[in-house]
Amino acid sequence: MDQTAVLEGGMARDAGAERGVADAWRRFRRNRLAVVAFAYLVIVHGVAALAPWFGLPDPEAMDLLNQFSPPSSEHVLGTDETGRDVLARLVFGARASLAVGLAAMLVAVAVGTALGALSGFCGGWPETAIMRLTDGMLTVPTFFLALLVLAVFGSNIGNVVLVIGLTGWMVVARVVRAEILRALPQEFVVASRALGASEARMLVRHLLPQALPSVIVAATLGVAYAVLTESALSYLGLGVQAPTPTWGNMLSGAQHYVWKSPVLALYPGAAIMLTVLSYNALGDALSDTLDPRHAGS
Amino acid sequence: MRRHLLRRLAQGVAVLFVVSAVVFAIVHAAPGGPALLNNPDVDPVMAREIERQLGLDDPIPIQYARWLGNAVRGNFGRSYQHGLGTAELLWARIPNTLLLSGTALLLAVVLAVPLGMISAIYRYSALDYVATVTAFLGVSVPVFWLAILLIIVFSVTLGWLPSAGMLTVGLPFSMRDRALHLIMPSIVLATFPLAQLMRYVRSSMVEALAQDYVRTARAKGLPERGVVGRHALRNALIPMVTVLGVLTPRLLGGAVVTETIFAWPGLGRLAVEAAITRDYPVILGATLLVSALVVLSNLITDVLYVVIDPRIALR
Repeated sequence: MDQTAVLEGGMARDAGAERGVADAWRRFRRNRLAVVAFAYLVIVHGVAALAPWFGLPDPEAMDLLNQFSPPSSEHVLGTDETGRDVLARLVFGARASLAVGLAAMLVAVAVGTALGALSGFCGGWPETAIMRLTDGMLTVPTFFLALLVLAVFGSNIGNVVLVIGLTGWMVVARVVRAEILRALPQEFVVASRALGASEARMLVRHLLPQALPSVIVAATLGVAYAVLTESALSYLGLGVQAPTPTWGNMLSGAQHYVWKSPVLALYPGAAIMLTVLSYNALGDALSDTLDPRHAGS
Repeated sequence: MRRHLLRRLAQGVAVLFVVSAVVFAIVHAAPGGPALLNNPDVDPVMAREIERQLGLDDPIPIQYARWLGNAVRGNFGRSYQHGLGTAELLWARIPNTLLLSGTALLLAVVLAVPLGMISAIYRYSALDYVATVTAFLGVSVPVFWLAILLIIVFSVTLGWLPSAGMLTVGLPFSMRDRALHLIMPSIVLATFPLAQLMRYVRSSMVEALAQDYVRTARAKGLPERGVVGRHALRNALIPMVTVLGVLTPRLLGGAVVTETIFAWPGLGRLAVEAAITRDYPVILGATLLVSALVVLSNLITDVLYVVIDPRIALR
């Protein structure tokens, strides 16, 4: 194959990719649940990002004379056990919960991609070692490991992100390795090697892009896992610490007052569930649209 | 077959070995070391003396070898908090965790297989739609929130079920009392694996029903029951067994939260208490023990695998 043929091949691939994106978008729009989920996520992330500009009361300001007050014009969703504004806590809680979820996902994707690429591309003993590590991590009850790490190093937002990220990379690593192994024998990879492309260039320019769709799907589902895990850790008192509100630690406060004010437990739990549900729905839809082989099952 | 299982056993032991090294390293990476961190008020001279007595001034690899040697013999050291042997604490909790997790797992499998099957056979029907949406909710709901909702409905409002513990204080032990205490925790813990399994059963059943051997079975005039039960289901169950192996660690992780909410005296609740009070020997022991439980359940899964898929035995 001479240079022009390779170039043409490349252009044909680009045109194909464009058509692919349009196709994927059409398939995605057909999935109503996914569209609703996506809209919800845009709104929730927007509200979280703009939280300080809504003129809400201070989410950490206590008012002990106004405990458990019902909804009013001043407190739209009422107040909690220490008289703090529930709506403000929900909105500011979204910031911490989503920030931890997204950051932990980024850690997981970075670690998973690096390890997956290394094992798929190098082969030999690094591959064996990395895949054994992945299998081992999938066997270990990571939640116990997370408890141990937070007990030893302390519970702050950074440690929570690291713990969730470092216990959630295994799926990404497997997916990246599988895609690279699938791409290696293909013609465009062989051609680029024949043209003398460096190993690094091959990996970044040709192999990793092949894994991108699968990584996006794994990352989307990973946010759902991370948000859920953060809320569980914060609920147990080992996640993000008070007074910073997160959906998880709001629930842990509300739990003690279910006999007195059960409604306090409803809002943060519903917020967690809708967010996790939306990320799961989005991930499923993306896996159908980005990989037509999965469609319809 | 025997070689296959022996290899899996060896892999399991290797995993446990790595886990032990990792958790040991984590605890010893703590600033100040384990003895000091547990009580920062101890004066430095005393601390040195404590370290010498506990052997904490030995090189780390020697400490690790000693700790591992003891752990293998079932000695996990003394709990900082309870003053008891960690092993005694852990052994006392294991039956409770096994009872809760076992009930939940049984509930999940017994419900997930028929529900997933029905969903796949009547694909795109109203029934399938309801089941799919419910399963989707099941994998997304935070377990502790579900638990709080159930407590609000069944304990606070209706007063039907106890909200905490394993027995009613003051009453003698009875099966009925234990069962009543078990209902809510086991439902809560079963939710995630049930929903996840159902999704897998449905999709692998859909796939199996589209295979050529199913068409052959139908073409040769087998009744539909035989086609679904003997041909499709058996093949659809193979991937499910794998999923079961992946779900066990997640189930035990869920047990941590479930046991804490319902004050169920199991390993998970012990681990949370130990994490909050920095009781290192206990949380180290709990992590290792739970990992061992997972490795054991994976071995059982491997045996099940051979039963369901005889091709494995030939390899």
